[in-house]
Amino acid sequence: MTRKQRRLTMIGGSLAVLAVAAALVLNAMRDSIVFFSTPSMAAEKQIPAGKRFRLGGLVQPGSLKRGDDLVVNFAVADGSTTLPVTYKGILPDLFREGQGVVAEGALDAAGTFRADTVLAKHDETYMPKEVADALKKQGHWKDDYGKAPQGPSKPTQGASK
Amino acid sequence: MIAEAGHYALVLAFGLALIQSVVPIVGARRGDIALMEMARSTALAQLLFVGASFCLLTALHVTSDFSVVNVFENSHSAKPLLYKITGVWGNHEGSMLLWVSILALFGAMVAAFGTNLPVSLRANVLAVQAWVAGAFYLFILLTSNPFARIAQPPIEGRDLNPILQDIGLAVHPPMLYLGYVGFSISFSFAVAALLEGRIDAAWARWVRPWTLVAWVFLTLGIAMGSYWAYYELGWGGWWFWDPVENASLMPWLAGTALLHSALVMEKRNALKVWTILLSILTFSLSLLGTFLVRSGVLTSVHAFATDPARGVFILLILCIFIGGSLALYALRAPSLKQGGLFAPISREGALVLNNLFLTTACATVFVGTLYPLGLEVLTSEKISVGAPFFNLTFGPLFVPLLIAVPFGPLLPWKRGDLLAASQRLTAAGIAALVAIALLFAWQRGGPMLAPLAIGLAVWVIAGVLSDIAERTGLFRIPFSVSLRRARGLPRSAWGTAFAHAGLGVALIGVVCETTWNSEYIATMKPDQVARVAGYELKLEGLTQRQGPNYRETLAQFAVSLDGKSLPVMTPSKRSFTTRGMSTTEAALLTRGASQLYVSLGDASADGGIAVRIYHKPLVLLIWWGPVLMAFGGVLSLSDRRLRVGAPKPARAARALQAAE
Repeated sequence: MTRKQRRLTMIGGSLAVLAVAAALVLNAMRDSIVFFSTPSMAAEKQIPAGKRFRLGGLVQPGSLKRGDDLVVNFAVADGSTTLPVTYKGILPDLFREGQGVVAEGALDAAGTFRADTVLAKHDETYMPKEVADALKKQGHWKDDYGKAPQGPSKPTQGASK
Repeated sequence: MIAEAGHYALVLAFGLALIQSVVPIVGARRGDIALMEMARSTALAQLLFVGASFCLLTALHVTSDFSVVNVFENSHSAKPLLYKITGVWGNHEGSMLLWVSILALFGAMVAAFGTNLPVSLRANVLAVQAWVAGAFYLFILLTSNPFARIAQPPIEGRDLNPILQDIGLAVHPPMLYLGYVGFSISFSFAVAALLEGRIDAAWARWVRPWTLVAWVFLTLGIAMGSYWAYYELGWGGWWFWDPVENASLMPWLAGTALLHSALVMEKRNALKVWTILLSILTFSLSLLGTFLVRSGVLTSVHAFATDPARGVFILLILCIFIGGSLALYALRAPSLKQGGLFAPISREGALVLNNLFLTTACATVFVGTLYPLGLEVLTSEKISVGAPFFNLTFGPLFVPLLIAVPFGPLLPWKRGDLLAASQRLTAAGIAALVAIALLFAWQRGGPMLAPLAIGLAVWVIAGVLSDIAERTGLFRIPFSVSLRRARGLPRSAWGTAFAHAGLGVALIGVVCETTWNSEYIATMKPDQVARVAGYELKLEGLTQRQGPNYRETLAQFAVSLDGKSLPVMTPSKRSFTTRGMSTTEAALLTRGASQLYVSLGDASADGGIAVRIYHKPLVLLIWWGPVLMAFGGVLSLSDRRLRVGAPKPARAARALQAAE
């Protein structure tokens, strides 16, 4: 095999693998990407039931209710709209009313957000970035949320099913 | 005084880095030995000063000097000594100081042990190393000074984030940084080679051990981080495809590719241009990782306090180094001489295939990690790319790679025979098929993919074993002779075997854990019994305890299997008063390679407590695999070939050639 043929084989092989990878990426992009939304954005966009998205906002004070068998209900608010959320499982260590939360799941037919994952912050001064940005955009940002986040402070995968 | 001395030492190290980044290069241009040799002394002195600076910061933490902002924000006088020390790098400033200290350590090691390097190459390498170091010293001094003081010192500190108060913090970041930063050496070597316009097999022989050292540490660092997340976060996950994890996985994939391509270059003097590019890319990905983690663009446990100025600064460093080195590459690479020829079916061909799949897999991880960031910058639309994306892209690309793994070591250099190699792998193929058939029969109607994936893992492991059996003539010649042959095999051959087998072992762990993991989540009251995977766990009671800087609620579980009682498990929930945070301490019960995992949730009003119990079959294999890989790396590192500096003629070393 000459140098040229060898090079062509190698380039051909690489292109084939890259094409496969690109196809895989595009395919996965179509199916497995999850959008972020606040309760008011969700209402505005009229997200259909069953479509997965990430819901972010503040846990509405006084809305947390624990049911039987580890079912928890709470509402996520962003200042103008609230959305009821139901979740079965153990909430992350720092899940609190009045503080930021990100939940992943989908709406059911009744308009309740069924979360299968709840992420909460891991530091008392921290506000999930998406939530902070969304609240800022809507003019509900209070300065004390953002006051110099201290130390290692981001949310982590809190609870998942 | 201590803080000021530490700060001053850091400034001095920066000054030395400046000298080191200019003088040796000028010396190399002029052929002035004295100027070139200066690189060695400055590299050693740099380590001395930055090391001193790091020790002084540690001293500040140990003595709880709360007049220093860094100590005040991350320490507490009641914190155990171990966490006072590890807390040094449990924050942004300290971890950057650790980063440059390790960079200086590697530079000094090249200076001290690189005595067999050509003088000009060593001068250039150390100069490039100093560019990187200089940039990061400047970053620390300008945006993240760990020695800043508070005008009115408070009496007590704010404590370290409780999640980080764990032995994992003592091991994971230093290991990971040794890996990340270790790749700076191959980067410096690559840039130095481009500057000199000369590169040969000897170059690869010098680069390979450094890459291997970095790779071993990175492998262990990632595995350690994964195990830490597994037991600390309380829900038993060990890999989240979190952008920060991806940031460490990308250099690992590129570094693994680099290890293999450097081999081709060392043995056959081929793939030079590609190897140089990989060296640059690997370290660029390490820098990218540092940027992603330290700039605050990402939301993750690893991101510390965010400050936009820092992000911009690191981005600038990133652009200069990646852009600069790639530009230099584009300029100089075409002038590098072509290497030896080889047929597509050959050891070289197999290694090219390995590189192709590893870099492509790395590229898909890159896309998945950076696409959401890019999209947010461009359209301000927020999306998240999670595990499903990576399972659908990374997984399929790893399958052909794993199928090919056993073939590599069996093919000879230059021109190979696929049929002969396949014949030698017949036994491995049969073992894999038997494993698949047995699993199908055993679980009947369960998931389709799991038996196939385990078959693949068995194929990899059996392939490794048959390669070793082939080399030692096992079962064909008397056992004592094979044993002697096994002892005579080059260490690098054993290294390859362990590393490849580690891959298979880890895969078995991953598949078993994800497929046959059973869980039990419920609220339990004392004397209630939970049954998980044949185990019976009885909640005996809850007790309170006061720790040094926390209060904890412990739950005692009496565990039994088929009526036989096993050790008591005591998961706990700690609440840290200073930060008002709580953490979950899971209890683990190891049975062989499987684990029983119990973690606690919130206590309910009626005296019950939420409990999460998992049985994770063969879960430990997930981490034993990487440990095997790292052990293989260490074995390979101790190979005679790398200890003996003199280049060997290609012909004479037949046995060695067969090594990898």
